[in-house]
Amino acid sequence: MSDHESTYVPKTGIEKWFDSRLPIIRFGADYMSLPTPKNLNYWWTFGGILALCLVIQIATGVILAMHYVPNTELAFASVERIMRDVNGGDLIRYTHANGASMFFIAVYLHMLRGLYYGSYKAPREMIWIIGCVIFFLMIATAFLGYVLPWGQMSFWGAEVITNLIGAVPVVGEPILIWLRGGPAIDNATLNRFFSLHYLLPFVIAGCVVLHLWALHHAGQNNPVGILIPKDRQKKDTVPFHPYFTVKDGFAIILFLIMFAWFVFFMPNALGHADNYIPANALQTPAHIVPEWYMLPFYAILRAIPDKFGGVVAMFAAIGVLFVLPWLDTSKVRSMRYRPTMRTFFIIFVLVGMGLGWCGAQLPDAQVVPGMPSFTLFDGQLNSYLWLTRLLTAYYFLFFLVLMPLVGLRETPRPIPATISEPVLPTVDDPLGAGSSEQKG
Amino acid sequence: MAADQGDPNHQDPNRRDFIHIAAGAAAVGAGAMAAWPLINSMNPAADTLALSTIEFDLTKVQEGQQVVIKWQGKPVFVRYRTPAEIEQARSVSMGALKDPQSDAERVKDGHQQYLVVIGSCTHLGCVPTFGSGDFGGWFCPCHGSHYDTSGRIRKGPAPINLVVPTYEYVSDTRVKIG
Ligand code: HEM
Ligand code: FES
Repeated sequence: MSDHESTYVPKTGIEKWFDSRLPIIRFGADYMSLPTPKNLNYWWTFGGILALCLVIQIATGVILAMHYVPNTELAFASVERIMRDVNGGDLIRYTHANGASMFFIAVYLHMLRGLYYGSYKAPREMIWIIGCVIFFLMIATAFLGYVLPWGQMSFWGAEVITNLIGAVPVVGEPILIWLRGGPAIDNATLNRFFSLHYLLPFVIAGCVVLHLWALHHAGQNNPVGILIPKDRQKKDTVPFHPYFTVKDGFAIILFLIMFAWFVFFMPNALGHADNYIPANALQTPAHIVPEWYMLPFYAILRAIPDKFGGVVAMFAAIGVLFVLPWLDTSKVRSMRYRPTMRTFFIIFVLVGMGLGWCGAQLPDAQVVPGMPSFTLFDGQLNSYLWLTRLLTAYYFLFFLVLMPLVGLRETPRPIPATISEPVLPTVDDPLGAGSSEQKG
Repeated sequence: MAADQGDPNHQDPNRRDFIHIAAGAAAVGAGAMAAWPLINSMNPAADTLALSTIEFDLTKVQEGQQVVIKWQGKPVFVRYRTPAEIEQARSVSMGALKDPQSDAERVKDGHQQYLVVIGSCTHLGCVPTFGSGDFGGWFCPCHGSHYDTSGRIRKGPAPINLVVPTYEYVSDTRVKIG
């Protein structure tokens, strides 16, 4: 796709004027005619959905920032004022707050898509790594934003998360004070968090440009996972518009229906009631939990009995994604043709959800209520503590052991020679020769 | 060398490299020097640092009670301990402690009934509550750290004892914290 020839011909005077000065219309036209693998399924629509999510967050965020006051005395009241007095303010805030959740639903599905179809493997490592950077920035942005309403969860979330940095030996404490701008979370902290919450989405937008640049240079992956040879370009690809503008558009409509459902009918379902209590530095809520999209990582943090160790494990859980292209030893991209790995992948998805579940529970609580068990080291075996540890172990095992090992040991299923073959074997492959070695 | 200088096609590569490296290093150095005041401005401002001591009148606490005051944005527990609590704190053997410290080291001589600690869990900073937990002292609801009646960590993820701030008795019934 990198060698996609421009077929745009400027017709009107204005188009010609632009084309020799700033060929931006050509850029758009070329994008629309981009040859796209014709077998992309609905898992490929999340990219477009994510772009829309970013636009929605920035649009609603900029408006919220016009009414919001980043001061510990006034922040909570200013958000309540947005909810009650600003015209349509409740809708704008609910869209922004639920928009963050929708953004994460989409990004998790987008990443699992990449994991399943091997989109991180050569020549797409940079697409994947920039994607990981975006994911990390999203987590940071959402955390910073959640502090702004200055409710109890905002305050104590900020307290716990900034303290993670304090766990770093020697330099942790000075960095912590620098980050907070004082000995504790206070006005200085709120002010800078607002500044950074405004900034990071634009950094994300910059990374999205790099992500797409890398994508269009290396070419899109597809469910079969093979590279499309040059001589098959005509047969195996279709122009982005209208084929994928329509497919993406349809997916976006379905996604927006779900989004609207939350905003209009259950705007607080994903939030915590405690965040409607103004921040109080002298009292911690009985049960503090982060937003749902951080829960798996929060669970990993709590699984480790050592403070610094927990922080390392949590960051490692994200960090391991960055090196995934070099952990996977298989030449076959798509897990459609890797039955063993597919089983481990399905377990991985369940483990991820399990970790999310554990992250919301009290560590000492029993998993199976009433079932007697014994104490293993520092906790009851029948407790979320041990379930979390088991799941955490699988999380890391999946990347660090299964990815390298299965790739070397497994026997992949035969891979089609072209992406048309699985759908149109007789038309495209008159000899019915079936499979061949994977190209690329 | 001298011959090279006269001939534009035979420039001395070492001199070129030197100028590139020197100019690059100067730019990086200047960038770092410009960045430093920006980074440093994020450290606590003078007015934030100025709020660093408070005084507290101990007659406000009854035996068996605790008062929570705010110092530098953080809660400070001032607890008037019962003889039973003191006894419990003093009878523990050092071997049972994760962060060994005797109870006597954590209070001022002659004022052992008053325990003054920063009420911020040494794990990730939640405020522990008194009266729950397995050791008669505080329990942190966030990730389950248990502290004893001397504020020492006994069980759970917190690495060290509740911190005793610097404080002094300005009179028999007044303390100055900070
Ligand atoms: C990546 C994009 C973004 C994400 C994931 C995000 C996420 C969040 C979250 C989770 C909250 C807390 C909502 C609540 O519970 O009340 C929030 C609040 C806020 N955000 Fe954003 N945000 C994004 C972009 C922006 C941008 C670009 C701006 C400003 C230009 C902005 C301005 C605000 C303001 C003023 C608030 C406080 C008002 C409120 O709490 O509703 N956000 N954001
Ligand atoms: S903050 Fe107290 S146990 Fe984690």
